[in-house]
Amino acid sequence: MNKAETSFKKLMSHRLFWPLVCLVVVLLFNLIKTPAFFKITINNGVLYGYLIDVLNRSSELIILAVGMTLVVASSGGTDISVGAVSALAGAVCVFSLGTGAAYNMPYGLGLLLGVFAGVVCGAWNGFLVAKMKIQPMVATLILFTAGRGIAQLITGGNILYVKVDSFKRLGAFLPGVPLPTPIFVAAAVVIITLLILRKTALGLYIQTVGINSKAGKLVGLNATLIQFLTYAFCGLCAGIAGLIITSRIYSIDANNAGLNIELDAILAVALGGNSLGGGKFSIAGSIIGAITIQALTTSLYAMKVTADQLPVYKAIVVIIIVALQSPELKRMFKALKLKINKTSEGEKVTA
Amino acid sequence: MNIKEKKEVLTMRNISKNFPGVKALADVDFTLREGEIHALMGENGAGKSTLIKVLTGVEEFETGEIRLAGTEGVIINKSPQEAQENGISTVYQEVNLCPNLTVAENIFIGRAPRKCGGIDWGTMNGRAKEMLKALNIELDVTKALENYSVAIQQMVAIARAIDISAKVLILDEPTASLDEQEVKKLFNVMNQLKAKGIGIIFVTHFLEQVYEVCDRITVLRNGALVGEYKVEELPRVQLVAKMMGKDFDDLASIKKLAEESAKKEHKEVFIEAQALGCHGKINPFDLTIRKGEVIGLSGLLGSGRSELARTLYAADKADQGKLKIKGVNSHMAAPIDAMKRGMAFCPENRKDEGIIADLSVRENIIIALQAKRGLFKLLSDKEQEKFADEYIKVLQIKTASQDTPIKQLSGGNQQKVILARWLLTHPEFLILDEPTRGIDVGTKTEIQKLVVKLAEEGMSVMFISSEIEEMLRTCSRMAILRDGSKVGELDEHELSQENVMKAIAGGDR
Repeated sequence: MNKAETSFKKLMSHRLFWPLVCLVVVLLFNLIKTPAFFKITINNGVLYGYLIDVLNRSSELIILAVGMTLVVASSGGTDISVGAVSALAGAVCVFSLGTGAAYNMPYGLGLLLGVFAGVVCGAWNGFLVAKMKIQPMVATLILFTAGRGIAQLITGGNILYVKVDSFKRLGAFLPGVPLPTPIFVAAAVVIITLLILRKTALGLYIQTVGINSKAGKLVGLNATLIQFLTYAFCGLCAGIAGLIITSRIYSIDANNAGLNIELDAILAVALGGNSLGGGKFSIAGSIIGAITIQALTTSLYAMKVTADQLPVYKAIVVIIIVALQSPELKRMFKALKLKINKTSEGEKVTA
Repeated sequence: MNIKEKKEVLTMRNISKNFPGVKALADVDFTLREGEIHALMGENGAGKSTLIKVLTGVEEFETGEIRLAGTEGVIINKSPQEAQENGISTVYQEVNLCPNLTVAENIFIGRAPRKCGGIDWGTMNGRAKEMLKALNIELDVTKALENYSVAIQQMVAIARAIDISAKVLILDEPTASLDEQEVKKLFNVMNQLKAKGIGIIFVTHFLEQVYEVCDRITVLRNGALVGEYKVEELPRVQLVAKMMGKDFDDLASIKKLAEESAKKEHKEVFIEAQALGCHGKINPFDLTIRKGEVIGLSGLLGSGRSELARTLYAADKADQGKLKIKGVNSHMAAPIDAMKRGMAFCPENRKDEGIIADLSVRENIIIALQAKRGLFKLLSDKEQEKFADEYIKVLQIKTASQDTPIKQLSGGNQQKVILARWLLTHPEFLILDEPTRGIDVGTKTEIQKLVVKLAEEGMSVMFISSEIEEMLRTCSRMAILRDGSKVGELDEHELSQENVMKAIAGGDR
């Protein structure tokens, strides 16, 4: 085997290889179908284009996927309440800022309260999963259903609008900045998370507990605390995502804010090559997964697929992507290749 | 061919298999005859497990052929299911049945007798009962499997295996978690099956057991075949020599070392338990352990050996009594508290509680030290690599690299990694619960030597093992347990096989 071939093999066995390939394929597809996809223009000092749109729209998903990755890694379960929790966080924020001509309280405090609501929800989930040992799906099902109800209670069943203009900034643009704000928020969440994972032993602890919590306990780890922390952190992420979603439409609709986004968040984790069984994880993979999902959605919109039909096409592509990454399919390909090689060798012999 | 030779049921010829960087099997031959119990012996990494995996379709092999009596031509099993269809069944050391299903369900999973579209429970339970009765086991087959001991679970696994297919039965370390009585029972079953003409491949590390039931021995070393021998033609010493590939006088020298260390004056007390107990696990016990001594815990399976150790280590939190460490009263709520006071604990169940399967050898080695240092004092990559390298060398851990996931290592090497994990924390008191279970003679000796050496250097060691000989070789004192209580202690001058047996059994009865 020559050198180029070995390094290619090494590249292929890298855990981010297939997730990246999927993203590139989705983008390449656009290159053929919608060449305008890659055009970026400047309008009023602000960047416009499909690519910017993909990054912008995927911000919430990236933030949620980061939290979801850690939850999956530590507990081998998923937090299905993140969509409802983001709606709740948005409701808390809008309610505390008020719907008058001026804010009821400082803007920052309103945001903080929204995020805090997310953390409280996450802590509740964490308590149920880590301490009470309830299966993650069941434990988070409680807020999945009740979260939007609580949000409705807060908003009094109405869609609340915020009339102060500065509220839009979080979901749109900061004055004088050419890129949408959500991109910066997502980047900040990712960078801070990565720093925590790199500079402390938390990443190792989470993986250890996720793979074998009994062994984790015997080597001195507090598995309960670690799982609890990941759920609380996931709640924090849901809170932040909720604020972005709310700010985009400067209103809170407790029924529809972040609807079904938990499924996309879980999908992002899976598309990123992470095992949903827990243990080893890659934040980078989940981010790639999140961007892939959004790129796919935006591409389909660019191709004039209507919102009603979107899920069908999305499902088809997701099936292909997931199948591409499955070890079983890779094994089948390998076997096929071996067979072909063998028959060609056989022909040589007879010849 | 000799006329007296029985018919061959299974022949494997020139089997080769490579793992990345390691030649796991090189041209290995193996022959199993009708109604024969055939021991497959070898050190860790000799290729026993790989040979079994290749045979049962868990792993693919590269060259060679497998033939089975009654089947035309060469067979290649692509999955354990296919192997089963071909008449080859395996019972593993860790029983892989479903503990929450009933005994009968376990026997008939996937092939339950049917009636009118549903499962015919009556027939199923009746047949399960009959099958177990044929093995001289009577139990309620409608109870969940988890209600029964590991030994019984193993019998159930065997019953299932021979009911599915009855040409070749592979028993992979079946006796590792059984006590003496249970082993006898298993041997009875094996002899019955042998009389029926079933060929049995018996993988074990217990030499005694090989000489008790086996007809032939095939020895592997470093992935190659050493030879096939009739049991009566291969004395024990020679068997060991063949497995190790060298003359074997290490065992004798250990004892010497132990004696020398025993002569040393015992110094200060490290740990003192007063009426310490954990409800439902271990009754209150007193125990004093000094620096530099090796204390053995002896008793039958389920007598409370592991439970005592776990209570000391706070893996199970003590709910009564006092614990003094170096004279200071200590309340410990979790293992981390014990670790901070200088304790370390290698658990009995390596797979369930020891290894962190998907993590690398390096991460598995440093995890305890990292946990002890705390969340914010992350060991740098350089430090991690240095520690891992050091211990891989010192303990001679066989691994492709320190980044290899620990699950790819053989059992003995995994055990060494766990040992490395704890030695790295520089403990003052090391608890070893069955550290030599399921690993080869060579590594066993290495670990025993290590224990004695550590004690000489001043470390206190608690050694738990089901093999009395091993305990006698390493321990300077022994505590005896029976039915969840500590019932006595034996000082070094009282240590003999007879005394230990008597103490365990509770007198001369």
